[in-house]
Amino acid sequence: MSWVTDPLEYEFMQRAMIEVAIIGALCGLVGCFVVLRGLAFIGDALAHAVFPGVVLSYITGQSIMVGAMAFGTLTALWVAVLGRSRRVSEDSAIGVVFAAFFALGVVILSREGGFNRDLGSLLFGNILGVSREDVLVTGVIAVVVAGILLALLKEFTLLAFDPTMARAAGYPVFALDVLLLLLVSATIVVSLQTVGNILILALVVTPPATARLLTDRLGRMMAASVAIAVASGVSGLYVSYHAGTAAGATIVLVATTAFLGALAFAPNHGLVSGYWQRRHGHHHAHHYHEEGEGIDPG
Amino acid sequence: MRVAYDANVALAGVDVRVEAGSVVGVIGPNGSGKSTLLKTIAGVLRASRGEILLGGRPIREEAARIAFVPQREEVNWDFPVTARDVVLMGRYRSAGWFRWPGRDDRQLAEGALEAVGLGGLGHRHISQFSGGQQQRIFMARAMVQEPALVLLDEPFTGVDVQNRAIFQERIQAFARAGIAVLVATHDLDEVSSTTTHVLCLNRTMTAFGPTATTFTPETLKRTFGGQLAIFEERV
Repeated sequence: MSWVTDPLEYEFMQRAMIEVAIIGALCGLVGCFVVLRGLAFIGDALAHAVFPGVVLSYITGQSIMVGAMAFGTLTALWVAVLGRSRRVSEDSAIGVVFAAFFALGVVILSREGGFNRDLGSLLFGNILGVSREDVLVTGVIAVVVAGILLALLKEFTLLAFDPTMARAAGYPVFALDVLLLLLVSATIVVSLQTVGNILILALVVTPPATARLLTDRLGRMMAASVAIAVASGVSGLYVSYHAGTAAGATIVLVATTAFLGALAFAPNHGLVSGYWQRRHGHHHAHHYHEEGEGIDPG
Repeated sequence: MRVAYDANVALAGVDVRVEAGSVVGVIGPNGSGKSTLLKTIAGVLRASRGEILLGGRPIREEAARIAFVPQREEVNWDFPVTARDVVLMGRYRSAGWFRWPGRDDRQLAEGALEAVGLGGLGHRHISQFSGGQQQRIFMARAMVQEPALVLLDEPFTGVDVQNRAIFQERIQAFARAGIAVLVATHDLDEVSSTTTHVLCLNRTMTAFGPTATTFTPETLKRTFGGQLAIFEERV
């Protein structure tokens, strides 16, 4: 039991555990829509684009969330507007601009002379350094973001599954898209302190992708994703404490291990069950093909 | 009405009045604007000129009464929802913001699934149905919406005889209920057997009228131009 209780004798570890549990739950929940909407690339771009904000707040002695939130909001709005226009190839534009933002952050930091000392903790997060105040802010933002997502779950689901119907039925599709991007952006920003800009995407994408392998129902997927993300965060933090490894990266690798486990052993989508079913001549997806169903040559 | 993508006018000169309870076949060669017309009525595309009214009011104000049955390929069939979940999406608007469909809505969904021959299969994941059955799930979704206008985008593509019969029956049921139906199709056999009116497009409206008098070799020649030879023997 001391493996579990020893770390908790330190107050900074207690705070880190609470922080990582909140972040895990939030990323697991919001990440489901990142995965279902195919927003992984945009999420990665957002995480990089907020870096100048992180650096500027750091230099001016603010909480990094202030600058990151400002840049995250601007970027989310910009992505949404970009998605409306057919003129630019959207992902190239995002790639160009956000890499430039990231570079800008690094340049500002190097100019201020903090390059060697602080780059690591800014890029990879510093979960062990979170203050009581940080935990409180994270908690409040997490409740607000999760609350909005769950309140509009039905609309976000329809929009993700069938945007044409959502528009035909008169939903404010653009406003909902902007809102979803803002929720993703806020999620990324509050998680930066835990795993940093580079690895945050893993926390947003890996748990939902794992959950999707385990179930075909959205509600269960969301619940499983939250559980997997929280479990990965907490156990990753324990492993990093005992093995003396970097916390954020260890958390990501624990989540990846869970994903590989699900990929191999998931009841329906797993490689092992697929192999078993092929060997034994039946398949989980029992297709109800009617006789004569086929492509009409007309 | 006129729809343009940037400077390219995709469709212009469509001026029609569709009565409640009529079934309008929208025909024309590939790229003639069939999908453009449907998507403009559905509000996905915006007409740069002209207006679209439903029951005398601007159609965007009546959006809740429009049901859209998309082409199968437009939807991600890996999405984690069941057939029942998809049908219930037809009740989202009437449930309103922040509220989920209730017991009555679920009963309605179950009845609609039965009407399209999928009773008792609502708990299955959508990938576990065949292509024709997936189209029928969308048809059930349109039914529970209690619409005034149903838009069907190429519903007869790649479906077998049994599914075709079910679609025809549902389309007739819509018409009997006083619902206007617009069917974009390149299946000309279907036009003569299923529709009351025909709307011919080739980037502009080439003809519109009752199927019996408008669906003629001359109209088709005007609409399809050189491609007529393929179709002539069918008419």
